[in-house]
Amino acid sequence: MKEYQTITEISGPLVYAEVDEAIGYDEIVEIETAQGETLRGQVLESSEGVVAIQVFEGTSGIDQNASVRFLGETMKMPVTEDLLGRVLDGSGRPIDGGPEIVPEERQDIVGAAINPYSREYPEEFIETGVSAIDGMNTLVRGQKLPIFSSSGQPHSELAMQIARQASVPEEEEDEEDGSEFAVIFGAMGITQEEANEFMEDFERTGALERSVVFMNLADDPAVERTVTPRMVLTTAEYLAFEKDYHVLVILTDMTNYCEALREIGAAREEVPGRRGYPGYMYTDLAQLYERAGRIQGREGSVTQIPILTMPGDDDTHPIPDLTGYITEGQIYVDPDLNSQGLQPPVNVLPSLSRLMDDGIGEGLTREDHGDVSDQMYAAYAEGEDLRDLVNIVGREALSERDNKFLDFADAFETEFIDQGFDTNRDLEETLSIGWDLLSMLPKEELNRVDEEFIEKYYREEDSERKVVEAAD
Amino acid sequence: MSKAESTETTTTETGVIQSVSGPVVSARDLDARMNDVVYVGDEGLMGEVIEIEGDITTVQVYEETSGVAPGEPVENTGEPLSVDLGPGMLDAIYDGVQRPLDVLEGKMGSPYLDRGVDAPGIDLEEEWEFEPTVEEGDEVGRGDVVGVVEETVTIDHKVMVPPDALDEDETTEVTAIESGTFDVTETVAELANGTDVSMHQEWPVREARPSENKKTPRTPLVSGQRILDGLFPIAKGGTAAIPGPFGSGKTVTQHQLAKYADADIIVYVGCGERGNEMTEVIEDFPELEDPANGNPLMARTSLIANTSNMPVAARESCIYTGITIAEYYRDMGYDVALMADSTSRWAEAMREISSRLEEMPGEEGYPAYLAARLAQFYERAGYFENVNGTEGSVSAIGAVSPPGGDFSEPVTQNTLRIVKTFWALDADLAERRHFPSINWNESYSLYKDQLDPWFQENVAEDWPEKRQWAVDVLDEETELQEIVQLVGKDALPDDQQLTLEVARYLREAYLQQNAFHPVDTYCPPEKTYLMLTTIETFSDEAFDALEAGVPVEEITDTESAPKINRIGVQDDYEEYVADLKAEITEELRSLY
Repeated sequence: MKEYQTITEISGPLVYAEVDEAIGYDEIVEIETAQGETLRGQVLESSEGVVAIQVFEGTSGIDQNASVRFLGETMKMPVTEDLLGRVLDGSGRPIDGGPEIVPEERQDIVGAAINPYSREYPEEFIETGVSAIDGMNTLVRGQKLPIFSSSGQPHSELAMQIARQASVPEEEEDEEDGSEFAVIFGAMGITQEEANEFMEDFERTGALERSVVFMNLADDPAVERTVTPRMVLTTAEYLAFEKDYHVLVILTDMTNYCEALREIGAAREEVPGRRGYPGYMYTDLAQLYERAGRIQGREGSVTQIPILTMPGDDDTHPIPDLTGYITEGQIYVDPDLNSQGLQPPVNVLPSLSRLMDDGIGEGLTREDHGDVSDQMYAAYAEGEDLRDLVNIVGREALSERDNKFLDFADAFETEFIDQGFDTNRDLEETLSIGWDLLSMLPKEELNRVDEEFIEKYYREEDSERKVVEAAD
Repeated sequence: MSKAESTETTTTETGVIQSVSGPVVSARDLDARMNDVVYVGDEGLMGEVIEIEGDITTVQVYEETSGVAPGEPVENTGEPLSVDLGPGMLDAIYDGVQRPLDVLEGKMGSPYLDRGVDAPGIDLEEEWEFEPTVEEGDEVGRGDVVGVVEETVTIDHKVMVPPDALDEDETTEVTAIESGTFDVTETVAELANGTDVSMHQEWPVREARPSENKKTPRTPLVSGQRILDGLFPIAKGGTAAIPGPFGSGKTVTQHQLAKYADADIIVYVGCGERGNEMTEVIEDFPELEDPANGNPLMARTSLIANTSNMPVAARESCIYTGITIAEYYRDMGYDVALMADSTSRWAEAMREISSRLEEMPGEEGYPAYLAARLAQFYERAGYFENVNGTEGSVSAIGAVSPPGGDFSEPVTQNTLRIVKTFWALDADLAERRHFPSINWNESYSLYKDQLDPWFQENVAEDWPEKRQWAVDVLDEETELQEIVQLVGKDALPDDQQLTLEVARYLREAYLQQNAFHPVDTYCPPEKTYLMLTTIETFSDEAFDALEAGVPVEEITDTESAPKINRIGVQDDYEEYVADLKAEITEELRSLY
């Protein structure tokens, strides 16, 4: 392996070096500084005679005398089942003081695209125990369902609740086999405090045993953030498709990841796209999100819950916008609902799970699930509209029908959405609360629900009270 | 793209890689023309020449370039990016450069797409039963059909004289032809001018196949979707855009069209979209029935799936691959519908490559030629008189994914300047689960007038008037809603309250349609019409009652009217509608 002391330019996270051999695109590089520190980087552009290197740890400490070594291979992640229970840094090195990791395999972190022909369509319900998700925006195995939040919102609590409670019906039947569910947590640029919260939660609930944690904290190098999610997903794919785990991947915070992309793009003087983010951000994000899924003939699955904080709570910002176009739906955490004290403060109206329709219904969840969800959406949307009107004309000016919808919207928030971060509701309970609420409306208004289900589940006046009380 | 297979392809020149940056590779000393296909690096990754400057040739590579290094060779095939045309394209699923994904899975032995593996677009060894339709001694011109093979249960594949084998108006004699079993490379007919006709043709994707002329389309592409057929129809050979923010139902609408549109052939291009969605199509379509004949839907469908994580350059080309396949079936005299989901991803692929070339950006970073490329694509759609005298059509329906749902962005705006049907999807409607969430105030169809005669002849004489009535009621509702927002519904006069009630049925029963309900998912035009007349019956009777002094609350409180909402799910709708009309009339008349 040849060493070069030929650095010609250092700029931001980038180092340019002259070379006299062919260096492959994406190849891994080690840079040894005069102080003896070893930094790692990756070839961003390779031309004859000169290469551009992106240094993960940042370029501080590098001078023109630093030596550069090209390792002749692209970035790899050492994978093994023993990773479960371990805490790693953003580049995949253990930081929990445990033993060295003895890899079974070393896999390229730039995962190849899954052939769409080889995929299996996701349609197995994951019960998260959160009514707003299970009832209204059902998650299925192999889906990518991001949480759209903003700064200061309890998105982490929601993610932790999901990670804690998520179960698949099959797992419940066979308690012995419960170990086949794994959580991989990838932190990108979050603060030490947030990281501690996650770690404490993992330790308190014993979830760490079935988890792998990757930590790139706010004060870790930004460039490393572009590698962390690829490490996470490579590990996830290995556990899912070679070791048959059902893997839930939580990535937080994607906004920090995109900021890192922008930083590198700016350092390379690329033509920027919208709001200064690189024009290839869609492709780049897709290469992460599309690594969720199921594969025919393989037992496991990769389900992704990326978290992103929308700058200015604006979902037209490029990060949430491009994400929304790639992922299969999104869950909105709403600041208004949060200030009302709802836990979790999920606003179901803009939220969506695209794979819901195929994952619910008879044989999968319950026959009336789809109709109940549709009807609650429609009724809640109508109630929401009426709230604006009430502000102007007052409640007395509204018809009896309108007042019922207003009551419905209020009850929907307080009974259905607000369940607390520690309550685990099964689907039966979620749907039962749903029917309690729908029974506040006249039967004729339930035009999204099949008559047969109204017959079976609608609660007539007197019985309704009791059920609501019982649920309290 | 059978280059790797067919040995006769000559490598004209070899160059050397000078630099690599993502999908863009520069090579030195490569003798190439623009748009030639080249094989890059030791692994032979497929690419296309996109810029030539001095002795530097720039190539966009259709595969991942990790590990490719300067100094590796670049080989030129000397041919532009082409598709293989012939029997076997239906029931197939391709990537953006027409490599069959099922064959790739077998060849790679892995569920992941590896690099440097090539496969021809059609199976070169599969044998087909060829039946001639001309005889020895017959005169044939370019594009003429010489025989047929049964490609699928639904579609007879017509074997044609390649359009470039003869000049315009030139004819030649068939010197040999016979029926039998052939693979696609074997000669099935010999012509006097020396052309050997086989079932296999190649055509460069960026070039439109020739046609005689374009005609005004006068037949609707019936989609079985009420709001489309009823209010905003598209013609066979027409163009349409479906713009909408994420989650507004673009893909479901495209899927519905692919399932139920009454075209002979469907070409579905998944351009930069989700892998799971393509898998849904691959799993669902073989099991779904073609509403026209009950055969599997895949028997008339060709799929192109270049998902968002597949290489960006292949995303740029997948639209062209799709439309070239569509044109080929059009030449046989078929009506073809092409769905492109989404043209925004295609435009972004152009932008990404343009920015890697450091071209001067136009609006929002898109290249300055964006509008021209979009126009070229949609212009390849139309109702054509083919070179062989048959008529065929290509309808192009493009989804657009505007950032933030803002229709003023360049892709939406440049698309709107070309297409004649605009189905605007609306996030508000989607939020309240009003599906399809097509906004009836913003959408339009410029084909309405030229399609009316067909609807009058085939469905009902008063089709245009009924449509206008519905549009008027909905318009009035929009105006009234503004007042309601200020003062509340009860402050309106009785007749306006009644209009709102009628409009509510239009919205909830007529405009909404449940794509996931086995019956409601497809609504024939007759049913669309009957549903509308039922609502009109209610409207007429209700206003009569109001005039006779019945209070508006009593009218809106009837038991029969809400049953309008259930027409959609009725299989036996004719009887249901007849009974319902009678019931509504009777009930409302009993009030006075």
